[in-house]
Amino acid sequence: MSAGLARLVARRIGTALCSLVFVVVAIFFMTAALPGDVADMLLGQNATPAAAQALRHSLHLDQPLWLRFMHWCAGMLHGDPGTSLLTGRPVSEMLAPRLYNSLLLAGATTVVSVPLALLLGLACATWRDTHFDRVMTVLTLGVVSVPAFLIATVAVFVFAVQFRIVPALSDIRSIHSVGQFILTFAMPVSTLASITMAQMIRMIRACMIDVFSAPYIEMAVLKGVPPIRIVLHHALPNAIGPVANAIALSLSSLLGGVVVIETIFNYPGLAQLMVDSVMLRDVPIIQSCALLFCLTYLFLTTLADIVALASVRKGRGA
Amino acid sequence: MRHCRAAASTTGGPGRRQVLRLAAAGLVAAALPARAARAQAVSGEPPRRGGHLNFAGLAASTADTLDPARFALATDYIRGHMFYDGLVTLDADMTPRPALAERIESDDLRTWHITLRRGVAFHDGAALGAADVVYSLARHKDPATASQQRAVAQEMAEIKATGPLEVQVTLNGPNVDFPSMLGLVGFCIVREGTTDFSRENGTGPFICTEFSPGVRTSGRRNPDYWGGPAPWLDSVDMTGISDDMSRHNALLAGDVDIIASVNPRLVRMLRGRGFGLLESPVGTYTDLAIRLDQGPGRMQDFVTGMKYLFNREQVRDSVFLGFARLGNDQPIAPENRYFAADLPQRPFDPDRARFHLRKSGVMDSGVPVLCSPAALASVDIAVVLQYAAQQIGMDLPIRRMPADGYWTEYWMKTPMGFGNTNPRPSLDMTFALNFASSAPWNESRWHDPRFDQLLLDARSQRNETVRRQIYHDMQVMIHEGAGICLPAFTTSLDAFSPRVRGLRPSQAGQLMGYDFLSHVWLADGAA
Repeated sequence: MSAGLARLVARRIGTALCSLVFVVVAIFFMTAALPGDVADMLLGQNATPAAAQALRHSLHLDQPLWLRFMHWCAGMLHGDPGTSLLTGRPVSEMLAPRLYNSLLLAGATTVVSVPLALLLGLACATWRDTHFDRVMTVLTLGVVSVPAFLIATVAVFVFAVQFRIVPALSDIRSIHSVGQFILTFAMPVSTLASITMAQMIRMIRACMIDVFSAPYIEMAVLKGVPPIRIVLHHALPNAIGPVANAIALSLSSLLGGVVVIETIFNYPGLAQLMVDSVMLRDVPIIQSCALLFCLTYLFLTTLADIVALASVRKGRGA
Repeated sequence: MRHCRAAASTTGGPGRRQVLRLAAAGLVAAALPARAARAQAVSGEPPRRGGHLNFAGLAASTADTLDPARFALATDYIRGHMFYDGLVTLDADMTPRPALAERIESDDLRTWHITLRRGVAFHDGAALGAADVVYSLARHKDPATASQQRAVAQEMAEIKATGPLEVQVTLNGPNVDFPSMLGLVGFCIVREGTTDFSRENGTGPFICTEFSPGVRTSGRRNPDYWGGPAPWLDSVDMTGISDDMSRHNALLAGDVDIIASVNPRLVRMLRGRGFGLLESPVGTYTDLAIRLDQGPGRMQDFVTGMKYLFNREQVRDSVFLGFARLGNDQPIAPENRYFAADLPQRPFDPDRARFHLRKSGVMDSGVPVLCSPAALASVDIAVVLQYAAQQIGMDLPIRRMPADGYWTEYWMKTPMGFGNTNPRPSLDMTFALNFASSAPWNESRWHDPRFDQLLLDARSQRNETVRRQIYHDMQVMIHEGAGICLPAFTTSLDAFSPRVRGLRPSQAGQLMGYDFLSHVWLADGAA
């Protein structure tokens, strides 16, 4: 790695850190602006002003905002996200199993969708305007346009209720073998993969077509290089930047943006925890979830940018 | 529902007399058939032991709790009945029956002596004692507990142990219905000094094996349960699936055996596929509350006009698809033994509505009706009401508020809005908490000194006939005076797979008053 590249990468990571600081501040003050608080939610119909005030005091919610912000930042710096206002349990303890579940689902979806999307995207670009490309275009645009809950509900009705091939709910406790793993994850992963793949295929196709129109590809074709070699050796390395970005953008929503899927398959992941916590005004959990989602997003986009930077450098050096 | 009436008449009569004898003469209310024997008597088929049952309720979130003081939703009540016991339990017709309390006696209806059952053990092996009961009841009065039952608990002025198995509770005033109040699942008994509710330590029929808020509650049979031979199931898993379609699909696909809160539109399909439906005539109601102290509600004619504007049959048939009973602008459901049956049903009468509304002069006040998905079916009921208003030339705007924050931000704070109320164990509690002048949830801000006096009279009234008459008069007063339009009482619908046996309707709440897990058994369980 040259010194120039190291400087560029450092600058990119610096930008990411700046975004992170902004995000932390924004998350804290946005959650503080939510109407009502956990005292109202806990007491429900019983929320007389005196009772709510007493509870607020016992939860330290009557402290000034800036003081709570300081406490929270100090805790975060020590790796302690605080305790849940509702359950009194440490946030980390409540988050850990959900994070594991979410990573499992996101990981399985990534493993299925990225290679397939790459393959299909390249194929579409290579055989542009053929029947294959047209069919793929209709399919991908169709899947992108249909909401996830419809795909998932129809899939459950057909495969779980009518044919009884797979379970209607994804209960990861029932997994004791590879076969059971596949059965349990078949429905949520295929639903999620079909949606993320559709987006990735569209973007990869566009990037590749862009590269295919470059003069050096035309040169290669005129030289008589076989098509497979053109795609893999000449076009793909030059498209890695945008392709990596396309994949990163699609994957970044797999952790926090899958609440519909988690709800339909009753899968206890992070997104559902976040939605619950917003409803119940359990602020420390909302903050930690939001922070995790932002971190994932920043990590993936930064990584994609670094890959792009590295590939450009390598391209120039070669 | 017919089935329920039969069940109520077989168990209700003698039980009621016993409780009353207990109240009137300070006698014993014990010697009741064990739960198991009753279950068997009703179905005719001997229960089988064993097997695992999966249940899916309506909601699961990180607010799920093992702390009885914080039980707020049906799934909490079911979890409570799984792991804990109350001093009394409520029967299918809401008659209180002794549970952990063997006897509850009083001479003056103000000082109550509770004698506990001997030989009951908590799940950690400790024996149940008076200190546990004192702790469990007194903690609801502490604001830091954030108890859902705080308003009710305030009625207990003093709670003290008078012996190893004896507790004395002194109320603020006489109340013959005190035993019913103890039937609230929030008042179930925990071990003395418990502050950490991440684990349960109750006396209930199941022992907790897993509790993850928002995900799952699991339990195994408590082999030393005092109420044996129940429960019949070896183990139970409970989850919450808030998505309607997913919950029904889980039952259809065989992932779960029982689901709560069935969509009325899917009843025929479920029956067609061989699933059982449990219709419980619970007293839950969704009502339009018109505040009498502000806005158009200050005109008596406006309130009367609005009451005539409700097409109750249409609400029952198109909103609830028939799974409801007509309401008569008072909170006592037709199945209740104190129901004022001779009170004429208020009809849907557009002409009279127009007359009264015109007379009040606020035909086109533009005052909106607030509704929300938070108040069951209120959005649909509001549409029915708006249609009727259009027919008489009245403009009735509807404002649909989000479920999130409805109860704290809007409910009871606007001139006209919908609310939703769950049945309470006794008429006394319904009246005291929702209609008396000092009631915390007096939705229409109705004040009637005579009503307040009748409430006190009924509490100290030992004569059942006189009490019945008082409760009758109080229903008439609400029907006439309060700003409550109550179109229908909902019927709770739950569905179960054919392998599940022993479910019976109860007035005390959905799924046998939330206590089904200690009653049901599986047809494929061991003999």
